[in-house]
Amino acid sequence: MVWYILRRVLQVIPVFLGATLLIYFMVFALPGDPIAALGGDRGLNPAVADAIRSRYHLDEPFIVQYFYYLQGIFTGNLGTTFSGQPVSEILARTLPVTFRLAIIAIVIEAVAGILIGLIAGLRKNGAFDTVSLLFSLVLISMPIFVLAFLAQFVFAIQLGWARTTVSGEAPFSELILPAFVLAFFVVANVIRLTRTSVIENLDADFVRTATAKGLSRPRIIRVHVLRNSLIPVVTLIGTDFGLLIVGATVTEGIFNVPGVGNTLFKAILLSEAPTVVSFVTVFVIVYLISNLLVDILYAFLDPRIRYGK
Amino acid sequence: MRTFKIASAAGGLVLTAALVLTGCSAPDAGDNGGGNSTAVITVNGSEPQNPLIPTNTNEVGGGKILDSIFAGLVYYDATGAPKNDVAESIETTDSQNYTITLKADQKFSNGEAVTASSFVDAWNYGALLSNEQLSSYFFESIEGFSYDEDSELSGLAVVDDTTFTVKLKQPESDFPLRLGYSAFFPLPAEALADPAAFGENPIGNGPYMLDGEGAWQHDVSLKVIPNPEYTGDRVPQNGGVDFIFYATQDAAYADLQGGNLDVLDAVPDSAFASFEDEFGDRAINQPAAVFQSFTIPQDAPHFAGDEGKLRRAAISMSIDRKQITDVIFEGTRTPATDFTSPVIDGYSDSLKGADVLKFNPDEAKKLWAEADDISPWDGQFQISYNADGGHQGWVEAVSNSIKNTLGIEASGNPYPTFAAIRTEITDRTIKTAFRTGWQADYPALYNFLGPIYATDAGSNDGDYSSAEFDGLLREGAGEPDITAANKLFQQAQEILLKDLPATPLWYANATGAYSQGVSGVQFGWNSVPIYHEITK
Amino acid sequence: MESNQSSPSPLSETHFVASLDETPLQATDSVAEDSKPSNLYIDAWRDARRRPLFWISGVFIVLVIVVSVFPGLFTQIDPRLCDLGLSNNGASAAHILGTTKQGCDVYARIIFGTSTSLTVGIVATVINTSIGVIFGALGGFFGRWVDAILSRIGDIFFAIPYFLAAVVIMSVFVQYRNVFVIALAIGAFSWPGTARILRGQVLSVKNADYVTSATALGVGRLTILWRHVLPNSIAPVIVVTTIGLAGAIVAEATLSFLGVGLPPSVMSWGNDISTAQRDLRNNPMTLVWPSIALTSTVLAFVVMGEVIRDALDPKARARR
Repeated sequence: MVWYILRRVLQVIPVFLGATLLIYFMVFALPGDPIAALGGDRGLNPAVADAIRSRYHLDEPFIVQYFYYLQGIFTGNLGTTFSGQPVSEILARTLPVTFRLAIIAIVIEAVAGILIGLIAGLRKNGAFDTVSLLFSLVLISMPIFVLAFLAQFVFAIQLGWARTTVSGEAPFSELILPAFVLAFFVVANVIRLTRTSVIENLDADFVRTATAKGLSRPRIIRVHVLRNSLIPVVTLIGTDFGLLIVGATVTEGIFNVPGVGNTLFKAILLSEAPTVVSFVTVFVIVYLISNLLVDILYAFLDPRIRYGK
Repeated sequence: MRTFKIASAAGGLVLTAALVLTGCSAPDAGDNGGGNSTAVITVNGSEPQNPLIPTNTNEVGGGKILDSIFAGLVYYDATGAPKNDVAESIETTDSQNYTITLKADQKFSNGEAVTASSFVDAWNYGALLSNEQLSSYFFESIEGFSYDEDSELSGLAVVDDTTFTVKLKQPESDFPLRLGYSAFFPLPAEALADPAAFGENPIGNGPYMLDGEGAWQHDVSLKVIPNPEYTGDRVPQNGGVDFIFYATQDAAYADLQGGNLDVLDAVPDSAFASFEDEFGDRAINQPAAVFQSFTIPQDAPHFAGDEGKLRRAAISMSIDRKQITDVIFEGTRTPATDFTSPVIDGYSDSLKGADVLKFNPDEAKKLWAEADDISPWDGQFQISYNADGGHQGWVEAVSNSIKNTLGIEASGNPYPTFAAIRTEITDRTIKTAFRTGWQADYPALYNFLGPIYATDAGSNDGDYSSAEFDGLLREGAGEPDITAANKLFQQAQEILLKDLPATPLWYANATGAYSQGVSGVQFGWNSVPIYHEITK
Repeated sequence: MESNQSSPSPLSETHFVASLDETPLQATDSVAEDSKPSNLYIDAWRDARRRPLFWISGVFIVLVIVVSVFPGLFTQIDPRLCDLGLSNNGASAAHILGTTKQGCDVYARIIFGTSTSLTVGIVATVINTSIGVIFGALGGFFGRWVDAILSRIGDIFFAIPYFLAAVVIMSVFVQYRNVFVIALAIGAFSWPGTARILRGQVLSVKNADYVTSATALGVGRLTILWRHVLPNSIAPVIVVTTIGLAGAIVAEATLSFLGVGLPPSVMSWGNDISTAQRDLRNNPMTLVWPSIALTSTVLAFVVMGEVIRDALDPKARARR
């Protein structure tokens, strides 16, 4: 196990290089000159534009720009935005906010999704199952911006249960409404998958054996059905990360959350490679760690999966 | 130029921010003037795109903060008329040589005196090529300015602590009008010593000052409080202003509805239809100094020469501006009758040839057919726009109007980002018509004409060139009498109406609303609320 | 799965138990030697066609496909003929679902938008699933360095938020912005999710008894993967895929909302929903109608996915 974890940690390096190179290339390939946009509709004095361009190495070939970036990383310098702010400061400011938002959303997603999915699976084709199917379908087919606008309008403006937008410190209590929106955006998958897995496992040999042994039904469900059903669900929640970032971009915009999603989207529109790549680098690391945790969770959830050979 | 970044580069969607709920408790005083001079007003803003240095700020988010913490030689009142702020007098006899005298005992908020050098050094800093300032072109008419190399503004000379002189390259009678724009603000000595640090914690001489170190919480808010050193006319009636940065106009509007915001100066288009009903007499919807158009490049196929003139007129007459401003914009735009704006002195709704801006399907078809006789039309008519600026609705409506009238294919052509379309415009690789717009930096007709349509002017993106127009423009610029000058500028516009280098569409209104707790809300000529007059 | 073991077992030759003609259970145990050869997929089809839900969702899906191929059969109104004078009108005889803010017919736009939305959904899903299944199955089954390489490639793609990819792809192909490009943008960066789910299933299935026995019987590894491991691990993928198809259709709407979707000249439900959202306060029905079209199509595909999953799964068949 230790060797396995060590190996996985070492594998972070090529993924890191691959992802940053790919992302750097993508930002580089964006049409349009970010400096030309700085002047607004008026345009910019060409000499000034050239000077700014060379300050950010934008006049160099792609691979040279990338090496400048790598060099910066190893000297602890993530570069600056076109407005002169250090990228590291932006990261330090926005990451905790989005992290908080995502954690709340994932908790809501997991609890609601697994609970609804479990009940629906236990009573397959029953009334609850049908209602939950329709409910999740409506959620699936509703784009997140519609969901967010509706939630804001109904719960914040009409009912006054929450603040319309999130204030500067982004306290836990104000993040609940956007987190619910974010969670509902991804919860449908968890419901459907939990239901499927539960139905499958209810019929598995080990459940029949357990029943034959005379174990109580709640215990069978808890220990045998649920635990085994959670494997694909845990994977899914792990992979929802990317979806959460998309959701966060929209949700953060509508609820004015000073987080990663918005900042990243703005940086993409401005073709600010250092900002975009730094954020994505953090994503890669977060993602790799969460993957590692998911893989370790596998071993815990399913004794048949073993690593370390 | 301070262009409308809200509607362009930054996009309707993107910027990040959040709220700081400070001092925004329930109003304790009545709303009929019984305000509390210590109450802090919360207003919407957006994260400044650059450090807060006057010569490096060319967008609204930073601009309105700078206007409140700096005092220039003049300021503009609600009607756009210039009033002396730091200046005691601005004198000239030939519109080329100016003598500027400052009021005595003016101070920055750190106690440093505002002297003639505070202006001259600041302007030299802003103009120097290697300082890479975004607004450097504001100094281009001052003698000594160069776009190609570092050079001192030799036209500026300090006479004594309170007097300096300005020599322009040629006579320009509206020069004093420009001096209220942020690029012309003075700077204290420490700004020039360390611009980067200054941009984070700027020190000004205006009615407000930053509320200590760290008043600017990036992406969240910026708080200003009254500046005790300020002695001008713009005396704050409140205890400070909290600029809250919003990612979207929709979020700001929701906060106004939810009672978390006092004053909003940009209504999102999703609320155009309802905001006046919802806020009643607390809603604001008045013409502003914003002109919107689309430009057909001079070398676009079928749009040059006599054929081009016919087609340009036909396109213009096939757009039902009234209907589009009523339906798409719900009356928050005013159909254009010229190339400037109704809030500018010298505006006219009865220029010769302005009929070309009226919806006239029969005439449009006739002119289009005449053009077809010269050379038959092929392909489709497209208007390019940036998709991140909320332009899709009107571009579609205009295209449909053209399509339904002329019976040709017409559609919008979105570019994903402002940078993408701007690059093609700058490189002249764009072959379709494209969205253009102009928000005035200072309230003068010339500002709507010279930078855009003069031969080889900086923002002449369609490469229009007319000797007759250039001549009238030059004559008007040198004319010291403002009424006579405006006459010449109107004649110049009549030429534009014949050539239609850009197709005028409408003027964007200033839209806004405010909460029940505040009073004294009035919008300036530049669509920004006059913050110091607001009480709560 | 054991019941589908059709490869002849070498053990059957050696008669450890009484031969068939000697046992009284002959009638029940006998093998119908004249029946047509069967395999998993034929069995699945036989099972599915007996279920009403299969036919209901199937007919709806066929209908949607017909609408998308021949939109002209379902409306006489030109969806591009928009008259601002008719802006935001309610339902009427001429416009049975009313008009949009631009004055276009809502019904005609939904009919003509079908093909775009359906194509985006299907193409994105095909891209996602085919890459995801190959990477997930091979990685999970072969483990070791194959798994390490494939999983890490997946990580690279997964770490890049797909909307960033979409912005870039849609921007680079600015002149060719069509349904295939947007489907590529959505599909090519969402497959690692599918791959990981499948890989997890494969990991838990590959140590099952029937896999061990098949290995012991000398069945080739790829054959085991294809015939035994994959069918037993594919169920969650099918569920996620049908939902993903819905997700792709909705993602197109979200990309439009963010300004990096299809150009407005291309009619799609996503474009309509994203445009109607601005008018939510004044004319919510322009949002509701395309949403209903989207929801019912999505419903049909999800139900179909469930039916296919059940049909493919012999255990689920047995349960009914």
